Amino acid sequence: MSVVIILISASLVIAIGFLIAFIWSVKSGQYDDDYTPSVRMLFEDKPTTEITENKKNN
Amino acid sequence: MEIEKFQYDNKIVKNFAYATMLWGVVGMLAGLLAALQLVWPVFNFDLPYTTFGRVRPIHTNAIIFAFVGNGIFMGVYYSLQRLLKARMFSDFLSKVHFWGWQLIIVLAAATLVLGFTTGKEYAELEWPIDILIALIWVVFGINMFGTIIKRRERHLYVAIWFYIATLVTVAMLHIVNSIEIPVSFWKSYSWYAGVQDALVQWWYGHNAVAFFLTTPYLGLMYYFLPKVANRPVYSYRLSIIHFWALIFIYIWAGPHHLLYTATPDWAQSLGVVFSIMLIAPSWGGMINGLLTLRGAWDKVRDNVVLKFLVVAVTAYGMATFEGPMLSIKSINAISHFTDWTIAHVHVGALGWNGFMTFGILYWLIPKMFNTQLYSNRLANMHFWIGTLGIVLYAVPMYWAGIMQSLMWKEFTPEGQLKWQFMDSVTRMMPFYAARAVGGTLFLIGTLMMIYNLIKTIKVGSFVANEDAEAPALVKEYHAHSKDHWHRWIERKPIQMLVLSLVVVLIGGIIEFVPTFLVKSNIPTISSVKPYTPLELQGRDIYVREGCYVCHSQMIRPFRSETARYGEYSKAGEFVYDHPFQWGSKRTGPDLAREGGDKLKKSDSWHYNHLLEPSSMSPGSIMPNYPWLFEDKVDVASTVGKIKAMQKLGVPYPEGYSEIAAADMEKQANSIAASLKKDGISTASDKEIVALISYLQRLGKDIKSAPKEEVANLSN
Repeated sequence: MSVVIILISASLVIAIGFLIAFIWSVKSGQYDDDYTPSVRMLFEDKPTTEITENKKNN
Repeated sequence: MEIEKFQYDNKIVKNFAYATMLWGVVGMLAGLLAALQLVWPVFNFDLPYTTFGRVRPIHTNAIIFAFVGNGIFMGVYYSLQRLLKARMFSDFLSKVHFWGWQLIIVLAAATLVLGFTTGKEYAELEWPIDILIALIWVVFGINMFGTIIKRRERHLYVAIWFYIATLVTVAMLHIVNSIEIPVSFWKSYSWYAGVQDALVQWWYGHNAVAFFLTTPYLGLMYYFLPKVANRPVYSYRLSIIHFWALIFIYIWAGPHHLLYTATPDWAQSLGVVFSIMLIAPSWGGMINGLLTLRGAWDKVRDNVVLKFLVVAVTAYGMATFEGPMLSIKSINAISHFTDWTIAHVHVGALGWNGFMTFGILYWLIPKMFNTQLYSNRLANMHFWIGTLGIVLYAVPMYWAGIMQSLMWKEFTPEGQLKWQFMDSVTRMMPFYAARAVGGTLFLIGTLMMIYNLIKTIKVGSFVANEDAEAPALVKEYHAHSKDHWHRWIERKPIQMLVLSLVVVLIGGIIEFVPTFLVKSNIPTISSVKPYTPLELQGRDIYVREGCYVCHSQMIRPFRSETARYGEYSKAGEFVYDHPFQWGSKRTGPDLAREGGDKLKKSDSWHYNHLLEPSSMSPGSIMPNYPWLFEDKVDVASTVGKIKAMQKLGVPYPEGYSEIAAADMEKQANSIAASLKKDGISTASDKEIVALISYLQRLGKDIKSAPKEEVANLSN
């Protein structure tokens, strides 16, 4: 049964690693804004020149 | 703020997209062949390379690692660049990743066809390929983290977290489960034995589903669903909770694959508890996906891509509701070893992974080729034929699974088992046939998609490098940047504690675990002895032919099972099994006590049965194995195999490897003699003789165990 020690340690290493990541993400302000990211990802960042050209064409 | 101009790499995305389509068709064809073989055994073609035992691992590996794997990379390479507003870290690493992964797939297909397998489900690939996978995975990791580091968007969108979880966890799972001792270039033994091997394998197997088939696709869902619908995800906050809750719970659920087996009860219960908890984050994610379309369901009517995505998310919801249910012990008692499990995984694979991949392909290809989809009508037809395929696949399999289980468990009023095992096989035929029809429809849909996309590609013009621009990321002010590097952690006691804990854990694993493992191989049942050299060779043939794909070696403690197969399986019986061969499906009967009193058959029965199973068991759908009667056992390999086993702690006497060949010949001659008595003359060096010796050994040892010892064995 000793193999559960490997499995639990390996799982813990992962879990603790993600816990650290979680603490980092909260502390560094990743989740301060929980709305804008969902909207921002919808916008494509096409070069501005192209956009103005399109406007001209229109 | 300075605006930086850069380009997204679309070429790598295109390559992965093509690979996804190619391997998808290959994987589905292998699946279709396997499905046909279960209805008409003639499709095994009497060739070693095309028997079910080899085709099924090819199917599962091709779908999981080739089709879904390339699908993941396609979606990740597209979305990661755009979410981070940066080109991939290195074009060279992208190329290495792409070609390395395709090389792995080709090697995997070739070796599995040839019968090089570790005998562990979804981890069948032999050690050289395992190493290659680890290397390529690291390349992917460097490329991904490199991109994250040079990103122009400070916030990491939730999809990226899912990708990170995939990367890190799959690496660990793969390494822990693949620890094996090489015997030759294409043969190795699992480091773990019996119960231990089973726990590691299903910890891996479950998490492969979790972190290869689920988390990356959830990341893709969070990117592509809002993109296609052109509206933000229902609740970004929920998506964050979804992610963190899911990954903290998922990793503990593995033992639910081993309910009622000879694994410890506490581990089983732990698996059940976490599996049931999983329903919360899973459904949180599904609801978040579906509610993204609130007020926009009219788009689903017109947009075929959304149709695919909606069915995918719904299938995810169904599969993740069913999963926790199947983890409840009383339901698992019915479903385990039956086709119910096959239905369950195919709702996930065809619905969730398949339809999500199709949706992404339909959206990405026209976009990257700067054109419109060739035919929306055709794509709609694909959607309906695919959905019909899923239904026609799943419903018969559910029906079959429940029927099988009830037949196995039914007793007559007199207290006898009502059905022979064979009855449950012959009754399956209409369902297996219907399943093959469902699979065919799904495959036809896929081919329609490929035709549609080729037509799209022909009229489009590919944008290999897509222009983009974004402001550079402003560096955050770091107060501690001038301090000594260690100062920052000293100021943070919690991080310090956690980090040191991790370091200690890693040290502990490296130092102690190998000792534990070898010590635990000391038998707990004194009469359980290591396999003889001939039996060991026979066992390797059993593994090579993939017998475990259809036959379990695990008798659960139910009356219906002990009445059919004999005494239920004990942990101590498997201490020399590198790898364990418990199996997960009973297309044929359990073999744990095939050589025991209750089921014992003559050598000649096995001989005739393996030559032509239906001659001994009318109605059998097992393939013929004619090559076992031609090919000779590789005697020269015995020395190495015995030595490897000794290294793993199997107590053969010192120097036994030298005399093993002599023992082997003696035992083979006695089996040849017993066959001769029944009028069968065969040379004693044929593979069939070794395989018979192994089958006759199964479940025999416990018979001679002292009664008190067996009584004292608890799970």
